[in-house]
Amino acid sequence: MNEKDLELLKILEDNSRLSAQEIAAMTNLAPSEVEARIHALEAAGVIRKYTTVINWEMAGNGEVSSIIELKVSPERDYGYDRIAESLSRFRQVKTLRLMTGTYDLQLLVTGKNMQEVSRFVSEHVAPMDRIRETATHIIMKSYKENGNMLFEQKEAERLPYSF
Amino acid sequence: MRNFISERAQEIPPSGIRKFFDLALTMEDVISLGVGEPDFRTPWNICESSIYSIEQGVTSYTPNKGLPVLRETLSGYLQQHYNLPYNSDNEIIITSGVSEALDIAIRAIVNPGDEILIAQPSYVSYAPCVTLAGGIAVPVQCTESDRFKLNPEALQEKITGKTKALMINFPNNPTGAVMNREDLRAIADIVIDKDLLLITDEVYAELTYEGSHVAAATVSDLWQRTITLNGFSKAYAMTGWRVGYLCAPKELCEAVLKIHQYVMLCAPVMGQVGALEAIRSAEEDKNNMVQEYRLRRNMFVAGLNRIGLPTHVPEGAFYAFPSVKQTGLSDTEFAERLLKEQRVAVVPGSVFGVGGDYHLRCAYAVSRKHLTEALGRIETFLKGL
Repeated sequence: MNEKDLELLKILEDNSRLSAQEIAAMTNLAPSEVEARIHALEAAGVIRKYTTVINWEMAGNGEVSSIIELKVSPERDYGYDRIAESLSRFRQVKTLRLMTGTYDLQLLVTGKNMQEVSRFVSEHVAPMDRIRETATHIIMKSYKENGNMLFEQKEAERLPYSF
Repeated sequence: MRNFISERAQEIPPSGIRKFFDLALTMEDVISLGVGEPDFRTPWNICESSIYSIEQGVTSYTPNKGLPVLRETLSGYLQQHYNLPYNSDNEIIITSGVSEALDIAIRAIVNPGDEILIAQPSYVSYAPCVTLAGGIAVPVQCTESDRFKLNPEALQEKITGKTKALMINFPNNPTGAVMNREDLRAIADIVIDKDLLLITDEVYAELTYEGSHVAAATVSDLWQRTITLNGFSKAYAMTGWRVGYLCAPKELCEAVLKIHQYVMLCAPVMGQVGALEAIRSAEEDKNNMVQEYRLRRNMFVAGLNRIGLPTHVPEGAFYAFPSVKQTGLSDTEFAERLLKEQRVAVVPGSVFGVGGDYHLRCAYAVSRKHLTEALGRIETFLKGL
């Protein structure tokens, strides 16, 4: 991984829909080199997926998201890995992280409605071996996702000319 | 009734682009590449610290030179980043933008009839400030063939018995030119030989894209005869905060301070608090902005060359300076027609003095989307000529 690769990753993280030509113009690389580098980053698994930041609240699909925290007894030889991988297999779990603090694992879970989320937690997550405690927090409103503000901001007014 | 306007005020020409300004304000859907300021908002931690200080009642005058903690922090920053040694007690003055710093520096050194050399193309206020101080502004032309660096021979030619100082601005507004250490060394030799003072406006220092900025005062034997001007506007997107600074050896600084205390008293305290926060914790915001300017520069300059406007690669600031000579139009005609026909606002280069004619200043401190759209419009305009 060199400086040019890091530059490409930053550009793609901000907007993954830019063409190789556009990225080439910005970075002074040849389009073919941009493509080759991106392919290499994909092959290495550094680039996992190209996705979008969607304001679902505005899209109005009525889904409910929640943060679920779990206290977990780690396993000999495996620590948190096996249980975390097992939890990861659930479609409902969008994000899963091992944390410091009062709880060990933090999950982002989405469902069609509150009942679905709570059923998922009580029927699938809480009864799992080694899970000692759960705390479920329903997300009421999202203001910022992945560095993007989800509320309208007034455009700053600028003069047409200044020196 | 008598004419109350002083001869000096009458002597200053009105801004060359007033009519462009008025025209652009009446038009819809204008993409303006005419704005010499960042399009980013001030990083929020800077804003927040200033708001908090107001809540805490920090709303008074500060010492003339500026808040001691700001001067101390700045002194450390200048040493660390540019290897510039300035004592926070008596060699730094916080000013209301670099504009004020420039004015009081000139007033502190100019006697009536003194000639002040100005490397041009240059920021529009240099020559009027010299005139207002009773001096004579003498332009030294920087040419495209030198990539708009100051040429030592061109400088030598303009020096007379009345020459007192040289004013430079690198990275340059409007050309984006940068002077490296060797370039500065050649100029320094002449400045020292002719016993001149150097005023260097380095407000675009942080926006340097190839290598790192060389502060003129770090070129050996220049420090004691240099006034360094800089500010927070461009690097931290703080243009409206009006905070700049002037650094100079003690004796010079004392003279400048006398003027500053009478004309400004002190820079606004809210701005000074914000500036302190900028140095302390906005390094990453600044680096992110600089990186974005770099990407825009690359794509915009390549685009200008592709559509047929020869443009040298600017190594600093956020201006591209394409030549329009081969179109057969003057820079003013080009800019006026481009605005009227394609609604793209650029600044004719001749506004910036000698060497600027047949060029346009295009600020790429606008989004990439707008730059792409502007390139398309300029291309359409060129095809219609």
